Amino acid sequence: MMTDVTSMPAQGGTLSSWDDDPVLTVEHLTMRFGGLVAVNDLSFNVGRGDITALIGPNGAGKTTVFNCVTGFYKPTEGRIVMRHGRNVPESLIASVTNSGEQHHHEDGSGVFLLERMPDFMISRRAKVARTFQNIRLFAGMTVLENLLVAQHNPLMVASNFTIGGLIGLPGYKKSRAESIDKAVYWMEQVRLIDRADDPAGDLPYGAQRRLEIARAMCTDPHLLCLDEPAAGLNPRESAELNELLQFIRQKHGTSILLIEHDMGVVMQISDHIVVLDYGEKISDGDAEFVRNDPKVIAAYLGVEDEEEVEEVLEEDAALAAGKSVGEAPGEDSPERPLGTTQTDVTGDESGPVPKSAELDPIPPAAAASAAALGEPADGPAADAAQTPMAGALSTARDGRPDKLTRISGIGPVNEHKLNAHGIFHFDQIAAWTAEDVKQAESYLAFDGRIAREDWVGQARQLAAGEDTEFSRREDRKTSPRDPNGKGGAK
Amino acid sequence: MTSTDNQPANLNRPEGAQVKREERLAAPNRPTGRPGSSAHPLAAALKDSVIAALLVAVLGFFFFAIRTEIAPGGLDVTTRWMLWIVSILVVFFGRLLIQVFILDEQSRGLKIAVSAALVAALTAIFVINSSPGDRIGSVIFGVLIGLAAVGLVAAFAHFRGNEKAASSIAVPGLGKWLGRALFVFALVLPFFFTYFFPARDRQFIDLAILIMTYIMLGWGLNIVVGLAGLLDLGYVAFYAVGAYSFALLSTHYEFIGFWVALPLAGILAAFWGVILGFPVLRLRGDYLAIVTLAFGEIIRVVLLNWYQFTGGPDGISGIPKPTLFGLEFKRGEGGFADFFGMDYDSIQRFIFLYYIIFVLAILTNIITMRLRKMPIGRAWEALREDEIACRSLGINTTNTKLTAFATGAMFGGFAGSFFATRQGFISPESFTFLESAIILAIVVLGGLGSQIGVVIASVAMIGGIELLRNLDFLQAVFGTGFDPTQYRMLIFGLAMVLIMVWKPRGLVSSREPSAVYKEKKTIGADMVAQGEGH
Repeated sequence: MMTDVTSMPAQGGTLSSWDDDPVLTVEHLTMRFGGLVAVNDLSFNVGRGDITALIGPNGAGKTTVFNCVTGFYKPTEGRIVMRHGRNVPESLIASVTNSGEQHHHEDGSGVFLLERMPDFMISRRAKVARTFQNIRLFAGMTVLENLLVAQHNPLMVASNFTIGGLIGLPGYKKSRAESIDKAVYWMEQVRLIDRADDPAGDLPYGAQRRLEIARAMCTDPHLLCLDEPAAGLNPRESAELNELLQFIRQKHGTSILLIEHDMGVVMQISDHIVVLDYGEKISDGDAEFVRNDPKVIAAYLGVEDEEEVEEVLEEDAALAAGKSVGEAPGEDSPERPLGTTQTDVTGDESGPVPKSAELDPIPPAAAASAAALGEPADGPAADAAQTPMAGALSTARDGRPDKLTRISGIGPVNEHKLNAHGIFHFDQIAAWTAEDVKQAESYLAFDGRIAREDWVGQARQLAAGEDTEFSRREDRKTSPRDPNGKGGAK
Repeated sequence: MTSTDNQPANLNRPEGAQVKREERLAAPNRPTGRPGSSAHPLAAALKDSVIAALLVAVLGFFFFAIRTEIAPGGLDVTTRWMLWIVSILVVFFGRLLIQVFILDEQSRGLKIAVSAALVAALTAIFVINSSPGDRIGSVIFGVLIGLAAVGLVAAFAHFRGNEKAASSIAVPGLGKWLGRALFVFALVLPFFFTYFFPARDRQFIDLAILIMTYIMLGWGLNIVVGLAGLLDLGYVAFYAVGAYSFALLSTHYEFIGFWVALPLAGILAAFWGVILGFPVLRLRGDYLAIVTLAFGEIIRVVLLNWYQFTGGPDGISGIPKPTLFGLEFKRGEGGFADFFGMDYDSIQRFIFLYYIIFVLAILTNIITMRLRKMPIGRAWEALREDEIACRSLGINTTNTKLTAFATGAMFGGFAGSFFATRQGFISPESFTFLESAIILAIVVLGGLGSQIGVVIASVAMIGGIELLRNLDFLQAVFGTGFDPTQYRMLIFGLAMVLIMVWKPRGLVSSREPSAVYKEKKTIGADMVAQGEGH
């Protein structure tokens, strides 16, 4: 279902870790539109498992580079190499280049020359996914449908190119169920599971951005290209975005290439920054290096205003530091220059993260975003994993837990999380006090939802053996994840 | 679920005339409707109606009242004052009714007063027009027609008032039940007509066959226009390819009957769908529409001019009739009636034809509904929503568009070969642009992408045109010199304009999601993209 974690992010080692094991190499890329040179002889590497940022003033050619990498433009000159697997020999790349083929791959490793491939093949074969500066969702389709469209190619194969699916072969049914599981997984990661059946166009802006990232991730990419993912997000939302990107990189081993204007976001999360100006690379290095590079300062604010630049960047750094307090427990000196700390921070975080997302009772994104929402760091959110919840049991009584999903608002994931904390029965939830509700909310990262949906009231009814309207509907379903709702809530 | 309160708030965003009405309702001095108008609520409405009536009086004077005819020795002027006066009155009362009931919601008393005046006026007209011995009948007729008109407007106003409630609560269930009811009725339709209307059963079943053909064509085109969002103005080309494939195959090769030729015609039409698909792959919007229009015309012109192959304007005749496992529907030995020991009746063949097109249409519907839930169907809809996003997700948009064209064309081809076998004779005359326009109008009127909408629109359009042939009662209103069939298309066009003003995105404009996680919610039309060329 998920890409295995093939590599952990580069630990804060040498400056050029991205040159040692690049996932994407852009070499001498030039893009001309008539007489206009949008990108001129640009070369850079994107390290495997890194978050690489592409920054530059407006019109510097960032989006053009993106469009070249993802195949929406055919570059005028240059080579763009995507590598699957570690240590692809240079000789193989050279031989593929000379052979005139688009790509070459054998078990586990592969070489893809993106400048030769049409856009949809880049997504399908080279596993490069992208999002757009102006969000491009399928607005009239539901959130679930958006994520299913992203799994088009494996589903087409599973349905024997529609023929098998049309006559109802079992293989298709199985992979359809799997594709829905995957969609559900991503909806949970981006906290859109409650809006699964709403049209994407109805979502608020921040949720649309998250959905677009989830949709791109449903294609199982090796490289995720994000075009201004934080544009239009409020500080809280962009902090959540950071968490999501860290999660994607760590759990799925997906390398990330992003364009961003928000320096706070860039400095905070990037392992590697490439700066463009007038289509040329003016700086390339980690955040600390780029921030102190006089060329970058000149490009951003003009040569004369160096003093001001320093000030602005200081402010950015302070802002970013403030944001990162919640999610960087290892950081004890917020006044430290940010660029240098970043690799350390990610190193710290990658330690305690469990290997499998499925077994993890609290996804780090959820827990950390709860922390980022301004909960005190030593509050219930931070140590929820250790503190048992009120009336927790070590196992279900008689080994038979109640089906908590019969409460409206509790999905399979929340049920799992609650079980992990010793909540197995309706009467346990029914006995929750206001304090307990608050604690549960903060740890499930739902503000106010438990009270709003009246879990306690529902649980009381269910514990007494009565049915609620929702539980009756839930019971009628043969399978809660039946995509066509056959036998479901009709 | 929290989702109930997350329902799209703008599911019923007012459009067209409804906006105007809501603005008026929101205005502070509601009874009079307009600020600054006179105190009496009726005055504004009357003034408006008088202006409308005056306009008709001026325009109608030249069109209705005065008529020049060629008489021996020059032109002769005849007058038709009655027609003129009646048309003024119709406009006056029509406008008044709309004002009182719909635009400026007035008090109950006023509504009754206006309705009574209308009924009285209508009755008076009938009485004046009728012969002296027929007075009582015409009074009853006038009252009935007047009440019907008032009822229609009132029902319209009432329905619009409740539209929000109706479309968000009743319609999802209603659509399902309406679909089932229509299906059951369609299943027993031939026997319904032979039992209840034995004198006119042939006419009615023939009409049902025609409507069913258009339903099938509408469903086929719905794949291309409604799902994939590719505006196709030349759909009739595939209808023609299907019809000519069957006609040529069956007239040249003895052994090819309807059932063998049917799949062949579908495959050939799908092939031509792909041929059309290639040049239009890169086109968008208006350009796509123009090229598909040209394609439709090219096919027709080739059929018209390739005399040796297609018979040109003479067409192809002697196309064999379909058989039931080899049993022909003919009189005497070896026929269907003889085999089953029944009396021969020509209606049997019509019933058989009806069931063929019924099965074909239902097959089209089932396949389309299943395809919608397949990855390819979802890709079609995604293509309509955003082609660039599709490509970024690894969807081969070329193949996706071509499959949409091919699938739509295939159903068009099936319908075409049915048309050929039903008529027994085809010529290029049957495949003009008007046919494409009617099929497209059915899809648009029904609501892009809606299967039940296509059914309703087909019945309304094809059935409606036929119904308008029987407008003899209008002679009672406008005098005996009035030929209602001449106004058939005028009335029909007016009705279509009104429907589109009332429901700009078609009769059934909401979209059903193809996959459901917890709770099925219909998606409002304002969310759904319309694709290219709209």
